[in-house]
Formats: sequence, structure tokens, C-alpha cells
Amino acid sequence: MQDLANIFIKSIFIDNMVFAYFLGMCSYLAISKTVKTSVGMGFAVIFVLSITVPLNYLLVNFVLDKGALVWLHDDFHDVDLSFLSFIMFIAVIASMVQLVEMLVEKFSPALYSSLGIFLPLIAVNCAILGGSLFMQERAYNNITEAIVFGLGSGIGWFLAIVGIAAIREKIRYSHVPPALRGLGITFIITGLMGIAFMSFMGIKL
Amino acid sequence: MSKEPLFSKKNKSLLTDPLDDNNPVTVQVLGICSALAITVQLKPAIVMALSVLFVLSVANVVVSLLRSLIPSRIRIIVQLVVIATLVILVDEVLKAFVYDVSKELSVFVGLIITNCIIMGRLEAFALANSPWKSFLDGLGNAFGYGWILIAVAFFRELLGSGTLFGYPVLENLGIYDLGYENNGMMILPPMALVTVGVIIWVQRMRNNKLIESN
Repeated sequence: MQDLANIFIKSIFIDNMVFAYFLGMCSYLAISKTVKTSVGMGFAVIFVLSITVPLNYLLVNFVLDKGALVWLHDDFHDVDLSFLSFIMFIAVIASMVQLVEMLVEKFSPALYSSLGIFLPLIAVNCAILGGSLFMQERAYNNITEAIVFGLGSGIGWFLAIVGIAAIREKIRYSHVPPALRGLGITFIITGLMGIAFMSFMGIKL
Repeated sequence: MSKEPLFSKKNKSLLTDPLDDNNPVTVQVLGICSALAITVQLKPAIVMALSVLFVLSVANVVVSLLRSLIPSRIRIIVQLVVIATLVILVDEVLKAFVYDVSKELSVFVGLIITNCIIMGRLEAFALANSPWKSFLDGLGNAFGYGWILIAVAFFRELLGSGTLFGYPVLENLGIYDLGYENNGMMILPPMALVTVGVIIWVQRMRNNKLIESN
């Protein structure tokens, strides 16, 4: 239990997708103009991450890893398919995103129209693929840990985008040097937020 | 249709525009995802820039050749397959020849797949243009991406650890004797963002038409 809580806290604050690894920056910069759309995008990312990470975990452990195919037949004990992992991960992610898009379109047309083009872009959101790749690299022990990691990373990304959107809404009323307006100042604020998040470093339950 | 010379004015601008006016990182805001994390030192940054150069130009040509065959509904999946295949190639080559750099880049080689520059250029350019133009567009954008990456890595390595390509430049110049200290902050992730922010700032001060309204 303590291990799980540790992974959860770590993936939200310390290994934050945005501030520590710069993942998902494209949609992070593009959609963070208003809080409302960024909340929608944040939830979409949490949802997709907490589904695709465990799915890809199963894929790694039962298909791709060296010897993972033993459950099929003993002859497969030295088959190593891990060079296929990029293409398999991206296939799982792209199909999941398609599914989420259809669900959102059906149940929340308002959210669908406000997310617009960015929902399909979740498929190429680096945070999603990054989540799966980190899961593979860190070799979590069981699927519960993978679920917790996916959920935590999603929440971390959500916090980051909602935070920057709130700041950007307010900064419209301040006097920013013309050349820094828009993109430049967003980068610098994200850097400052990253420094703030670094104060969580070393927290361990 | 009259034949265009290979390096007509329009084709040249495909190559040079992305370097400044239409830079993929600072103007189109693409490909920041995997760009920043690997800029602590120059060497991985250059390897990354070359990998993106290869993937982007080849993917642009392939998709441009296939553009009349791809049904538009499934084009994203087709593009992802093309990109993922190329990235797997790059990953295997890096693992075989420069293992230490490949270890350092860790997941970020794989993340070239979702690098928005590549998807963005395929969608915006290769699907509507001839292979040669797409190739030039790919090269131009990869150079635009590469020079930002290398500039950021240059400042971060020089100010953060006082070295270039691992060679202790500042120590040999004798600057430490004057009381200079390395700025450890530059190595940490947040300073990559600030460095890019400053590059954007300088670029827009020189180039007024890029300034945003709010």
C-alpha cells in the first residue's frame, strides 16, 4: 500500500510530466489559453493515460518482453519482440483515443466542440506515449502499480495545465514587454512553476 | 504544367523559412515535447537533431509519395506507422553504434514518434505537395528545430557545467581562478524552458512581425 502511495505522489509531483520531462508541451501550450478548455483537456489526458498505461503494461509482459510468450508455448521462451514496442504502443494509443473521441462526441457535445481538433491530437501527445515508455523503462512489479502510475501522471499533467491556464488568464491584464507576449512569457512562467515543483523533490512516504 | 527548376526561389524559401520566420519551435510551437529534456549537453542534442532530420525528411517523402493512395479517414494511423517504422530504425542504429548516447536519450528517441513537428509537417505539407518539395520542407524544418536545440544545449552546458562536448572550456580559460562558479541551476529542467523563452524573446525583438497581440 505504501509503495502504491509512493508511486502516486512521485508521479504527480516529483516526476511531473510537464515540469520534469517536458512531455505533452504542444497541447499544453496550445490549449492553455482559458481554464475551461484546459480542464477538459486535462481530464481527457488523465482518462487516456490511466487506460493506455495498464493496457501497454499487459502488452509488454505478455507479448513483447523476452520470454513473455511462454504462456503460449514453451518454445517461445527466448523470443524477444521488444523492438516492436514503439509501434504496438502507438497502435494501442491511437485506437483508444479514437474510442474516447467517439464517447465524448456522444455524451458531451459541448466539450467535444470546445476541444475541437485537439482531441485527435491526444494520440500524438507525448505525455501519453511517454507514460507507456516510462512504464516499460521503470519495470513496475504488477498491474496495480502501472494503473497508479498512469493515473498519477495524468493528474500531474492536469494540475500543470490548469495552473498555467489560470496564470495566463490573469496575465492578460498585466504589462508584458511586447516581444515576450504570448509564447515567450508562457515558457518563462512554466519554468518558474517547474522551480516551484522542484521543492517537492525527495518527498517519500 | 511547366517544369520548375530544382532550386527555384519558392523551393529555396521552403528550406530557409523554417530557420527564422517560420521556425517550428519558436513560431509554430511544435516539437517542444522531446526537445527540451535532452539539451543538458551538446552531444545528445546533436544526436537528437540528426535523428529528427532523418525521420522528418524521409517520412515527408514517403507520405508525399503515398498521398494519393491514403484514404483521409485513416491517414493518422498510416502516418504513425510510417513514422514509427523510421523511429525504430533510428533507435536500433543508435543502440548499435552510440550506446551511451542512446542510454542517455532513453525514452526520448521513442518520443520522436509523437514529436508534433513530424505529424504537423506531414499533415500540413507532405499530404499536399510533391516529394521533392516535401523533402526540402522536411530538411528546412529539421534544421530549424536542430539549431534551437543546439543553441539551448550550448548555453546550458557552458553555463551549467562549464564544458562543451565534455571538454572543460572554462577551466582551461582560467575563469574559475577569477572566482567564477558554475550555475547548477542551468542543468535543472526548468531552466531549459527559460532559455527557450529568452531565445523567443530575442528573436521577436529582432523580428517585429512575429509579436502576438496579447
